[in-house]
Amino acid sequence: MLGFGKKGPTQTQNAEKQETLLTLSILTLAAILSPLFSSFTTIITYLLTKEVKNAGAGLVAAAFVSIVPGYISRSVAGSYDNEGIAIFCMLLTYYTWIKAVKTGTILWGTLTALAYFYMVSSWGGYVFLINLIPLHVLTLMATGRFSHRIYIAYSTLYCVGTILSMQISFVGFQPVQSSEHMLALGVFGLCQIVAFVDYIRSKLSKNDFETLYTFLIYTVGILAITVGGVLTLSGKISPWTGRFYSLLDPSYAKNHIPIIASVSEHQPTSWSSFYFDLQILVFLFPAVVTLLLISYTFHCTWVTSEAYSSPSIVLSARSHDGGRIIFDDFREAYYWLKMNTPEDARIMSWWDYGYQITAMANRTILVDNNTWNNTHISRVGQAMASSEEKAYEIMKELDVDYVLVIFGGLTGYSSDDINKFLWMVRIGGSTDRGAHIKEWDYYSSNGEFRVDKEGSQTLLNCLMYKMCYYRFGQVYTEGGKPPGYDRVRAAEIGNKDFELDVLEEAYTTEHWLVRIYKVKDLPNRGV
Amino acid sequence: MAQIGTVISKFYNEYQIKTSKKLKVIDAYLFYILLTGIVQFVYCILVGTFPFNSFLSGFISSVSCFVLGVCLRLQVNPENKSQFYGISPERGFADFIFAHVVLHLVVMNFIG
Repeated sequence: MLGFGKKGPTQTQNAEKQETLLTLSILTLAAILSPLFSSFTTIITYLLTKEVKNAGAGLVAAAFVSIVPGYISRSVAGSYDNEGIAIFCMLLTYYTWIKAVKTGTILWGTLTALAYFYMVSSWGGYVFLINLIPLHVLTLMATGRFSHRIYIAYSTLYCVGTILSMQISFVGFQPVQSSEHMLALGVFGLCQIVAFVDYIRSKLSKNDFETLYTFLIYTVGILAITVGGVLTLSGKISPWTGRFYSLLDPSYAKNHIPIIASVSEHQPTSWSSFYFDLQILVFLFPAVVTLLLISYTFHCTWVTSEAYSSPSIVLSARSHDGGRIIFDDFREAYYWLKMNTPEDARIMSWWDYGYQITAMANRTILVDNNTWNNTHISRVGQAMASSEEKAYEIMKELDVDYVLVIFGGLTGYSSDDINKFLWMVRIGGSTDRGAHIKEWDYYSSNGEFRVDKEGSQTLLNCLMYKMCYYRFGQVYTEGGKPPGYDRVRAAEIGNKDFELDVLEEAYTTEHWLVRIYKVKDLPNRGV
Repeated sequence: MAQIGTVISKFYNEYQIKTSKKLKVIDAYLFYILLTGIVQFVYCILVGTFPFNSFLSGFISSVSCFVLGVCLRLQVNPENKSQFYGISPERGFADFIFAHVVLHLVVMNFIG
């Protein structure tokens, strides 16, 4: 070692130099990864369209994908999310698939399987891919365009792709068990049969072939029905899951699993949001296309700069005199939690804010944006929808220390907890323990959801209502209106003077956007 | 049933005469792979699938080998020349090897 004394310092110097070159925190990397992948996406869109049509169409498609607001919202710097990468993976898989179909080489088939593996590892939406490609093959079969090339492309993709996808622990054995993957398996089997029949047909005369064919059809048919029946009965093929049903029947999720329906991506797109994304193209598509495209480009730039490039955690609005008002209440509340609550405090809030609280306040939450466990979310929904005494039991059961609600009545921020409340009621009532919570109890006698005097008594006395409107009855919000005027619902609240028995107000932010309550301890004996 | 017998024997004779030696070698390989698949399937019915990942990797390996063999056979068969323009048997075999490398790396990882 001593012999190398002279070399030592030089090496350290090098190491230091390397370190400065590679100083790149995970945060920075995550922030730049989305834009990087969106640029990959434009390139792959060009290649895909070029493969399907020609280079000119490819350029137009690439130009379009680079300005689509829906994709920009998922690929701006800093919005690190699965979709940002998955869209690229999906297009890459389609591209390699088209290549494999066109050339019919095993090489491209294997590359498709590898691209598919990348897709599976990045997003659960790979299920669409593994259903769409078999559908493509099936269509080709039905239209009589099935060829050896397609056999090679699909068989290679399915065999190698399936075992590759099983390496992802999230997927596990699903490709051979769950119904979502059965189309792919079925089409794979069908491919083998069609190829085999074609082969036999080419070797035999017509009459001989027909004799053999009818014999084989009967044998195979009887075998398939027996095996399928046995597997379903013994539970090897798992029952059809909700997400797949909702693909076939859009109303399924709404009727059976409210948690799926409540996620905004799963709701039917409203006309206003079509307009928001497509602007005037909705109405005047056949008109002067060039002009509209230019207008659309400007619109996309505007949407991107206004909506998707500004943080959604800090809100801004215009005041009467044209000045800008900043609502920084979310960060204010999370910072308060971080500084003023014990480190092991457990905070109950609706699941939408779960990740934010975990990351920014560094506190334990009960439910978060991972909506896998919907019975647990249902329990929180029940607490929010119950009366104070009932809610206290649930909160004690869940060991809650603080409760956090989002309230927009003072500022007019419309996506607050009262507007989400019906979902809490539905999700709360969707499980056995919440069977007593019925959506209709929260509507007025006319069947409306209202917070003023006409509203239902159940709503006016539930925990969520009380937490949002505590002390709100004395506040003047708008000129010429009575105190306790809710600017989102445009109504004077119906239940003004009440006290909280089991909670005490811990903190309310500057614009009342976030309100935090502390759950009181159990009363001493005899009180 | 008697008809079926004659059809099959006719098919067998046709196969013996018309199929080239190269394809027969591939067919023998395919038949062998088919046997390994059947053995595994019978084993899983008799004994059970307990280390399910091991069973799956073995069985999928068999199925994939078979399918890839069929793919190679399709590409090598002179009758299909028109569909595979520019793919020589050597190129087909190289692709076959590539797919096998990927496949068996994964099988090794999955077998446990």
